[in-house]
Amino acid sequence: MIAELGLAALWMSAALAALQLVLAGGGLWSGKKAVAEKGALLSGVRPVAVAQGALVTLSFLCLLLLFLRSDMSVALVALNSHSAKPLLYKFAGTWGNHEGSMLLWVMVMGLAGAAVALFERALRHDTHVATLGAQAAISLGFYAFLLFSSNPFARLNPAAPDGQGLNPLLQDPGLAFHPPTLYIGYVGLSVAFSFAVGALLTRNVDAVFARAMRPWVLAAWVMLTIGIVAGSYWAYYELGWGGWWFWDPVENASLMPWLAATALLHSVTVLATRDALRAWTIMLAVIAFSMSMVGTFLVRSGILTSVHAFAVDPQRGSFILALLLIYIGGALALFGARVGTVREGSQFEPMSRESLLVINNLLLTVILGVVLIGTLYPLMTEAFGHQVSVGPPYFDRITGPLALIMMLAMVAGPLTRWRKDKVGVVAGRLLWPLLIMIATGAVLFVLGGERMSILSFLGLMVAGGVALGSIAPLFKRNLRRTPLFVWGMVVAHLGCAVSLAGMAADSAFTSEKLIAMAPGEKVETAGWKLHFDKVGPIAGDNWSAMQADMTVRRGGSVDIIHPQSRFFSNPPTTTSEAALLTRWNGQLYVVLGEQLDDGRWQMRIWWKPFVTLIWYGGLMIALGGVLTLIGRERRGWALKLRKSHAQEEWA
Amino acid sequence: MKSRWLLWLPLALFAGLAVFFIGGLQNDAPRVVTSALVGKPLPAFNLPAGASDRPALDSREYTKGKPRLLNIFASWCVPCAAEAPQLMALADAGVPVDGIAIRDARADVDDFLARHGNPYAHIGLDARSQVQIALGSSGVPETFLVDGEGRILHQHIGDIRAEDVPGLIAKWKAAQ
Repeated sequence: MIAELGLAALWMSAALAALQLVLAGGGLWSGKKAVAEKGALLSGVRPVAVAQGALVTLSFLCLLLLFLRSDMSVALVALNSHSAKPLLYKFAGTWGNHEGSMLLWVMVMGLAGAAVALFERALRHDTHVATLGAQAAISLGFYAFLLFSSNPFARLNPAAPDGQGLNPLLQDPGLAFHPPTLYIGYVGLSVAFSFAVGALLTRNVDAVFARAMRPWVLAAWVMLTIGIVAGSYWAYYELGWGGWWFWDPVENASLMPWLAATALLHSVTVLATRDALRAWTIMLAVIAFSMSMVGTFLVRSGILTSVHAFAVDPQRGSFILALLLIYIGGALALFGARVGTVREGSQFEPMSRESLLVINNLLLTVILGVVLIGTLYPLMTEAFGHQVSVGPPYFDRITGPLALIMMLAMVAGPLTRWRKDKVGVVAGRLLWPLLIMIATGAVLFVLGGERMSILSFLGLMVAGGVALGSIAPLFKRNLRRTPLFVWGMVVAHLGCAVSLAGMAADSAFTSEKLIAMAPGEKVETAGWKLHFDKVGPIAGDNWSAMQADMTVRRGGSVDIIHPQSRFFSNPPTTTSEAALLTRWNGQLYVVLGEQLDDGRWQMRIWWKPFVTLIWYGGLMIALGGVLTLIGRERRGWALKLRKSHAQEEWA
Repeated sequence: MKSRWLLWLPLALFAGLAVFFIGGLQNDAPRVVTSALVGKPLPAFNLPAGASDRPALDSREYTKGKPRLLNIFASWCVPCAAEAPQLMALADAGVPVDGIAIRDARADVDDFLARHGNPYAHIGLDARSQVQIALGSSGVPETFLVDGEGRILHQHIGDIRAEDVPGLIAKWKAAQ
């Protein structure tokens, strides 16, 4: 019954999306109406968008309930869940599969549309209606995808006695949070896409439009950032390889929209503040969500092999490809046809904050291109009969230097005035960060920096300079009266420096040891003394494991850690649960391997100095986004409040 | 906007990308990692019997003109137990299956076979994993299809799932 209710709700929300599209499209088509009538049109479309969001949420809740109740008469539950699974993973298992995650996708899309309908107030009415129409058009395609080729509510007759279980790698608390945040980010970018389409349709691209679009972009970007940081940490501790980024197609699929969204975030600020970069901002808004869709296509169609791949299906691939052609092709065609008629924005001098933001945008776009080409390269060579795989050496070597240059532009940007500035003055402001950078380099060199790779050396050097440079905008300011969005920028940029320092420190100073140990033996590495006390079996909810007890000492501190080799029976898989010991200056990472015939156990021991900075930095970047969002919006709220007061007084 | 054609450039780029995607979906190139052993002769070995009621296993068994499956398993390996019904189904379909028990003891193998069924015609005991290494097999379970002249035709890594059985039978029939 619940499954049928869910399916019915899904069909109804699809119908409402169609209605929303027809209402918006028909209303705008029927000629030049007065703005007041457009307002009436908006109040007609608005409730439809809200109802659509509510119904698709209901549908998702039905699926969630089916998973929680382990209803094995539903094929999706039987294939991906198991009654003996802990409750958290029944819950998270809802989106740990293709159909469920696509339902999550359309739910986020529906809710985002409802939010735009309810809360957006600054946008011109006709643009608002066109935006809601565009959002409905995208949703409609994904509803069709779910209903015609990935129905999550299909029944299984006869019902299975029990389920096949969830991939044990996914049985981790991280799964409960990582996909939803990532999806809110991914799909939240659809709002920017719809805004761009709406703006092109109604020929309305200006600073007011940019200010309306900015909070939506910021919110999606914050979620995307958190999702990527969480995903990276999950891969780090769950896969047990000690790495934090693998340039896997799925990771690239989340990185590409992030790069585009980061560029968009900066160009939309230029448009909002200086009314420049109109066409470019629209282009980026289209690209950001297009990258979300391309990423989904690459991952779900099985066109690229990935360790993350869900059950792939070429028919689904063709369906998503058709959606890509319609939406991306349509938006780009609209761009070609319309953007020429958008009035040109303001001009700016070569030495100005706008210029530096353009450089930042270009570098982000180039990095995006590099990642896209690297991800697609195997596909291209396959077309010519060769099978290759593109790995970290390519990505690291090309994106690394580009990212470092971008960091330098990032320091200069906030220290340069809008519109026009003098080269000498900017150079003067950059003096201290530059000196710190050189000093960091000198200290590193004295401490034996010639042994590190050039990229980690430069990374640490630049991180030092960027750290100072990113807080430089606060100098000589009254900190109490500094607006919150400036704090947001400072925190986010500082986060970049922190994260960069973590990445460089990890690759420069990590010490790795692979040894075989018998219980009772000792080993010393990187200042740590590890004593292998014992190893024995242990049982969990739906797994059993061999667990080692190790006493680790450093300085005066003594800790006991428990690396595990975990075995799941449904489906049969072994995962290694690394033991992590976090200190302020790094992480000890111990993996229990296999037992050798002489009874000794393989152990991999890493000491990773300052590796945690990577994720702390990432979270700071997201926090910066949140501060900016609050800062900007609070200003807007205050302004609106004052305006309404003024109006009352006038009346 | 100085040059209008520039505005259509993104669309053109995307069109190029789309052509690649369509081509990629049409392309049926194998996306499964193929074993480097396929087409190579089976290495020579002579193993003692791994179970008390089955004969020992000699690599000459594979040059008698009939294709056979060679299954690498172990009594301590849980995926092997999960795989057992599929091996029984293959044996019932008339496919000769031999086993090599890795790092095992005869009593344990007997116990394993009593519990999960015995699809094997011959069982060899590879107590030191030497044959496993010579075969280039990295773990248990793994299954090789060997033709009548002792050449490896197919390597199946991991446990045989129910959906793999028809494919394996078809491959075995094709090899005859």
